Amino acid sequence: MSPVLQGILTILIGVGGCIAYFYGSNLILDKLIFPARNDDHGRNINRATMVRPWLFLFPALFALSLYLIYPVIGSFIRSLYNRSGDTFIGLGNYVQMFSEDGFRTAFLNNVLWALVVPAAATFFGLLVAQLTDRLRWGNIAKSLIFMPMAISFVGASLIWKFVYANDPDIGIINAVRDYFGMAPIDVLQIPFWNNFFLMVILVWIQTGFAMVILSAALRGIPEETVEAAIIDGANPFQIFFKIKVPQIKGTIVVVWTTITILVLKVFDIVYAMTGGNFATEILPSYMMDFMFRDDGRATAVAFVIMLIVLPVMIWNIRQARSEMR
Amino acid sequence: MSGVTLTQAIKKYGDVQVIHGVDLDIKDGEFCVFVGPSGCGKSTLLRMIAGLEETTDGQINIGDRDVTRVEAADRGVAMVFQTYALYPHMSVEQNMGFGLKMNGHPKDEIKAKVDEAARILKLEDYLKRKPKALSGGQRQRVAIGRAIVRGPEVFLFDEPLSNLDAELRVDMRVEIARLHKEIGATMIYVTHDQVEAMTLADKIVVLRAGKIEQVGSPMDLYKDPDNKFVAGFIGSPSMNFLKGVVSGGQVQVPALGGASLAGPASLPADGSEVLVGLRPQHLFVQAGGDHARLDIRERLGGVAYDYLITPDGEKLVVETRGDEDIAEGSSVTITCDGTQAMFFDATTEARLR
Repeated sequence: MSPVLQGILTILIGVGGCIAYFYGSNLILDKLIFPARNDDHGRNINRATMVRPWLFLFPALFALSLYLIYPVIGSFIRSLYNRSGDTFIGLGNYVQMFSEDGFRTAFLNNVLWALVVPAAATFFGLLVAQLTDRLRWGNIAKSLIFMPMAISFVGASLIWKFVYANDPDIGIINAVRDYFGMAPIDVLQIPFWNNFFLMVILVWIQTGFAMVILSAALRGIPEETVEAAIIDGANPFQIFFKIKVPQIKGTIVVVWTTITILVLKVFDIVYAMTGGNFATEILPSYMMDFMFRDDGRATAVAFVIMLIVLPVMIWNIRQARSEMR
Repeated sequence: MSGVTLTQAIKKYGDVQVIHGVDLDIKDGEFCVFVGPSGCGKSTLLRMIAGLEETTDGQINIGDRDVTRVEAADRGVAMVFQTYALYPHMSVEQNMGFGLKMNGHPKDEIKAKVDEAARILKLEDYLKRKPKALSGGQRQRVAIGRAIVRGPEVFLFDEPLSNLDAELRVDMRVEIARLHKEIGATMIYVTHDQVEAMTLADKIVVLRAGKIEQVGSPMDLYKDPDNKFVAGFIGSPSMNFLKGVVSGGQVQVPALGGASLAGPASLPADGSEVLVGLRPQHLFVQAGGDHARLDIRERLGGVAYDYLITPDGEKLVVETRGDEDIAEGSSVTITCDGTQAMFFDATTEARLR
């Protein structure tokens, strides 16, 4: 059978299966389990209505539990075993990991990333959103700033490799240094500060995201509250910080936490730029160092990352929910 | 305290002119209402006085000061918006004190003024609440409180009651009238509701398409309108306008069975058309005859409004006080109190006196 036919057949079976499930299960519920006839029809309709959401949600809930919860438990169990996966060593992987310098560096760097990148991206996004709000060419500016969002992390890293290149003919930093008569340097090898040069890349990518969401939020602020503040004698800075920002605080928190979660997952930038050398390792790239070589260690790192992401995630969802109310 | 004077005020958006040289003098302590249909420029004019819209040409004075190019905050005005425009993240107290805080007043003074305004508006129990936890009427009171606290020379109201339900609107109308009496500041109030205009105003300014149609006290406008637009706008239900023909110093009205009404001195030549304006209470209906058909009778208890349609298709509203039964759909005779009729030029719509 040709692949095209196979594809079409798969789609037909999949979609048909879904329709069959929803239609069939609904039919069974209404006609067989709680039929709306005889003396019980009123109560049966109510009972069927209570069961129906669970019936329809079941496939989604089942798939989510299978593909989310099972891997979590599976990873945790795997992290309790040794490199080959046949000897149970308890928390041995964790104990060894916490005693390692590499892990501590990665952990501290990751904390730095999680603080700096969301803050900077949200700040610049808010700045751009506010500055371009009333401009005629504001939308063009916003499109340009949004564009890096469409570039993969590896692609962005390659672009910035040129920017940081240790050659005044290629990298702009060294071109500037060269102009002032300074010798070229490799910024990615400057201890500690090289982390920030890597963060710049992610900020460059994520500013567009923050800008789009915050721009929409700024537009949603009732114009009258701003006008009332103008009459009340607030200057533009006070209007921005005391009237506008507080009104979009919820959105700012959602953007902030969303970027934080993303930061805790990014490994590509470090992997492509420095390969984790020069003390730029972060947790995801640290995990990648062990993957397929020592899965016990790798899953242990993964589990630590999950524990860090979880509270941020819960907070994010809570905020997003209260936004919708 | 001080009045407001507009001299040839003009507003243009690009090439489109929306306010056409408005001259207006509002005295100190006066309650002035801008009224007109939507899109007539009344809100724009108010926002020009507030400083939220730039005045393209002309001059605006508050008291002796020329404020045409002065920042909104320095004009000594406070504004109450239709949508309340409360700061949602601040408590009632902070909302009311925000203006003073921005102008660097000391905390004790802010608190004293906020408490005083809260007392006047009966908001003492709500000072710590956020606007979200208040009803529409309470929110509008907070918005008014925010205006009072700043102690402005001129209060500006932009359709402040439009977002309230009918019952609350009447309450707030009374409250605003009481407030004006208590504070005595100059107030400018924009509305499209002629009832609000009639009940609140010392002076009504009727606007249409960016021009002033007439300025005067409510009863002046009601009794002596300058043109058909003002006559039709002021008074509820609106005045009826019927076609009439001049003949021998009198005006014949076909819709009233060809009745002749004594016209004013300035009638045009015989045979020309004029418009005859008659308020609903100056028309009377009797069963029988063939002047018009009774379409619908609206009974309000004390009075009833009869909606009539003449054979020519003209529509009339008549106020009836008696409650004799005339079947809907039956033919009726219409008579009128000819001494109360007003006459308008058929083309310019100006009043003929």
